[in-house]
Amino acid sequence: MPVVMDAERISRALTRIAHEILEHNRGLSNLSLVGVRSRGVPIAQRIAADLRKIAGEEIAVGALDITLYRDDIMGASAGVAPLVRKTEIPFSIDGRTIVLVDDVLYTGRTTRAALDALTDFGRPKSIQLVALVDRGHRELPIKADYVGKNVPTSREESVQVKLRELDGVDEVVLQGKE
Amino acid sequence: MEVAQTAASPNRVSPNTVLPDHVAAPPLTALRHKHLLGIADLSAEEIVLILDTAEAMKEVGRRTIKKVPTLRGRTVINLFFEPSTRTRTSFEIAEKRLSADTLNVAIASSSVVKGETLVDTAMNLEAMSPSMIVLRHASSGACHLLSRICKAAIVNAGDGMHEHPTQALLDAFTIRERKGRLKGLKVAIVGDLLHSRVLRSNVLLLTKLGAEVWVCAPATLIPPGMQQMGVRVTTKVDEAVEGADVIMMLRIQLERMQGGYFPSLREYFTTFGMTEARVQRAKPDAIIMHPGPINRGVEIASEVADGSASVILDQVANGVAVRMAVLYLLAGGTDDETVA
Amino acid sequence: MKRLLRGGRVVDPANGRDGVFDVLIDGDRIADVGKNLKADGAEVVDVPAGLIVCPGFIDMHVHLREPGQEHKETVATGVASAVAGGFTAVACMPNTKPVNDNAGVTQLILQKAREAGLARVYPIGAVSRGQKGEELADIAELKAAGCVAVTDDGLPVATAILARRALEYTSMFDMPMIEHCEDQSLKGDGVAHEGPVAAGLGLRGIPGVAEAITAGRDILLAEMTGGRVHIAHMSAWTTLEAVRQGKSRGVKVTCEVCPHHFTLTDDLLASPIAYDTNTKMNPPLREARDRDAMIAGIVDGTVDVISTDHAPHHYDEKNVEFDRAPFGIVGLETAVSITLDKLVHTGVIGLPRMVELMSVNPAKILRVPGGTLSAGAPADITILAPDLPVTIDRTKLVSKSKNTPYHGWSFKGGVAATIVGGKVVYVNPAVEAGL
Repeated sequence: MPVVMDAERISRALTRIAHEILEHNRGLSNLSLVGVRSRGVPIAQRIAADLRKIAGEEIAVGALDITLYRDDIMGASAGVAPLVRKTEIPFSIDGRTIVLVDDVLYTGRTTRAALDALTDFGRPKSIQLVALVDRGHRELPIKADYVGKNVPTSREESVQVKLRELDGVDEVVLQGKE
Repeated sequence: MEVAQTAASPNRVSPNTVLPDHVAAPPLTALRHKHLLGIADLSAEEIVLILDTAEAMKEVGRRTIKKVPTLRGRTVINLFFEPSTRTRTSFEIAEKRLSADTLNVAIASSSVVKGETLVDTAMNLEAMSPSMIVLRHASSGACHLLSRICKAAIVNAGDGMHEHPTQALLDAFTIRERKGRLKGLKVAIVGDLLHSRVLRSNVLLLTKLGAEVWVCAPATLIPPGMQQMGVRVTTKVDEAVEGADVIMMLRIQLERMQGGYFPSLREYFTTFGMTEARVQRAKPDAIIMHPGPINRGVEIASEVADGSASVILDQVANGVAVRMAVLYLLAGGTDDETVA
Repeated sequence: MKRLLRGGRVVDPANGRDGVFDVLIDGDRIADVGKNLKADGAEVVDVPAGLIVCPGFIDMHVHLREPGQEHKETVATGVASAVAGGFTAVACMPNTKPVNDNAGVTQLILQKAREAGLARVYPIGAVSRGQKGEELADIAELKAAGCVAVTDDGLPVATAILARRALEYTSMFDMPMIEHCEDQSLKGDGVAHEGPVAAGLGLRGIPGVAEAITAGRDILLAEMTGGRVHIAHMSAWTTLEAVRQGKSRGVKVTCEVCPHHFTLTDDLLASPIAYDTNTKMNPPLREARDRDAMIAGIVDGTVDVISTDHAPHHYDEKNVEFDRAPFGIVGLETAVSITLDKLVHTGVIGLPRMVELMSVNPAKILRVPGGTLSAGAPADITILAPDLPVTIDRTKLVSKSKNTPYHGWSFKGGVAATIVGGKVVYVNPAVEAGL
């Protein structure tokens, strides 16, 4: 299984993204990160750590569980209802710039669910999207503002993001059809 | 019991899959059932899944907008043949928080006498394609009967003297919230064991999760085979509450007196009522529970019901989160061709 | 018309016969039974190997439901079900609507039976007027009209004093008082056997001693009065003990057991179909100890009769919540298979004992002809196919009602043919019987 990003490439990509966020928003005032569970959360935390190093500022990080907002879990095609975890956003999102952080951007449906979920929490000033990997095949008009790496894939393949916080290792792997 | 027909998906392991030894079974993320008829059908893992999911659901209840779109477009019918404000409103709020369309059908006992049968009522409702029917009925086994004739998923909100699974689940959630665990806790359940569906569900659940359960009642209210359920049985309430972590009081239905099970309410309270003095025998941080509604001065003294150790109101609050979890986990597993 | 049943194994314990014999039927009577009988103008039927020729079986506990509840069963459909089950005669219970406490209802039942022309019907009259348990019914009138016994079945005779009077009174006519033993105060609103299974299912229980207490009462009263009491559908080990003791003292007590009580236990209420109303009957299915006691009583002779308590109910009536469903299951078409499979093939009893339980003893207790293949006896004959594989399919039952717990069960043994008064009234299409 080909490794498309190793630990070093992931780390450099996240640092670059941190710089891009800083530049694009002309600073970090009124900006918070929200990681989409599960793997978006450690990625958001690493970006926050990079931002602290670069800009010397503490950025708030929240965790968003979008299971209850998905459009594909109820019904015959689904199979199983995924485990629901808690959402923890310990700050108000009203009037803030929220940077959503996810590991893989694919059809865009997860992002759509995350947008719906965020809207139930308040009214952000704007929402931006970080994706560590963009694998194409969008089904909705969604785009990432910050991308770690573009990985062209076919529909039969899948992209596995492993992070040391959850999986013990940092790597992005492309899995072909069995 | 019907097993959910789940579509194949690469990460889904069906109950019948045999995994090679070196592959660990993935953690349980769904209930292997179409209906919730009783705790008897649930494994310990499934119970823990419901409790874990309820934690996330409880968080939804703390938001300003207490709604998630998960069951949007699904119709859930609350079919109650016995009057109940507490359980019915709890289910209704849970359903609405999940964005389901709810319908409350309350059947007066007079209609039943007139010949409107459970089967006919349910089949008429079925014709409107509900996803789920939440049923409370005075006959044990009513939910089993419906599960055999309805396409909808059936959730037992209390059937006769048999089970009240969501009550036991919210009781377990409350205990776990306060004590961090269920395993190894001494739980004393005092009251009418013979007629109580809350008792049956709680005994099944608590023993499955490893609690040490003591049950206590006058000898006239102890059902046969109680010992075989893995609990300690006593007619002495002091013995039951000694060192208990949890004291759970069951409601004495005042009609029981007509059945001659005990001579008077006064005598019941003196011998079995939960008073401050009796509570002292339990652990200092013991919690007091009651499924409600409370008969003050019959099974429980007011000071105890309203005291700092009482978690009775927490139980009610947790009911919504637990019921949301149950509805979510059952709905996710169903083949619902009726959803547009 | 003469018919010769040649070369079959004849089991006729009343005449001490168990072996290969020929049976000569002349008109509606048995003309002769012996070896190598001459055909003499009779139609000859060579009984196929393996089939058993017995005196006709008599089910002394059947609910035919007519008059008044014809949606469940009628006399006509009931006797058709009976002969399909191998029974040449049935005794029918009086809890009809109206109750059979008068000659009019008795005559109606007999008339319907005549019109059907299948199994013989012996009506059983009520002990008390309207079965209300207050005053005796006109028992002499019932006897004269054709009743063979009295009972308030469905309920026990309401009071000890009424049971005493009934036993004294019926002794004048040599009629047995058949008793549904069940102390009503202990029964309460119970719907299942009081035990761990019912407790786990949340069903109100009826303790076994409720049956034994009434049986004990009646056995003592029979002893005191010299009357005859027959304990219907016995189910509890405590009742069996009471009967055993009564018999040892010479009390005129007899008893019957139904196939479900010597094969099933209350576990069936919980699985495979939880709260299946086809497992609900009165007396209820009890525990293994009770079931095993019934078998022991059958073996040691304490039990006199196997009857069915055939209790048909319409599908809609049973398709409700367990505690609202009426008590009862059908039994005419399953009794023979169950008995052959579970008692005879297992070696618990032999065929002669089975014939005693299902033919000889019922005839004796009811004082009706039958139970033997003696010359001059009515030509009521049950031909068994003891090795026939049978699978019960409730949709194929002849009875109007289909409420049986045995749907889908397979048994080894069944009925080949049934002959009443010399007339072949039933032939099993699955068996080549030559009839």
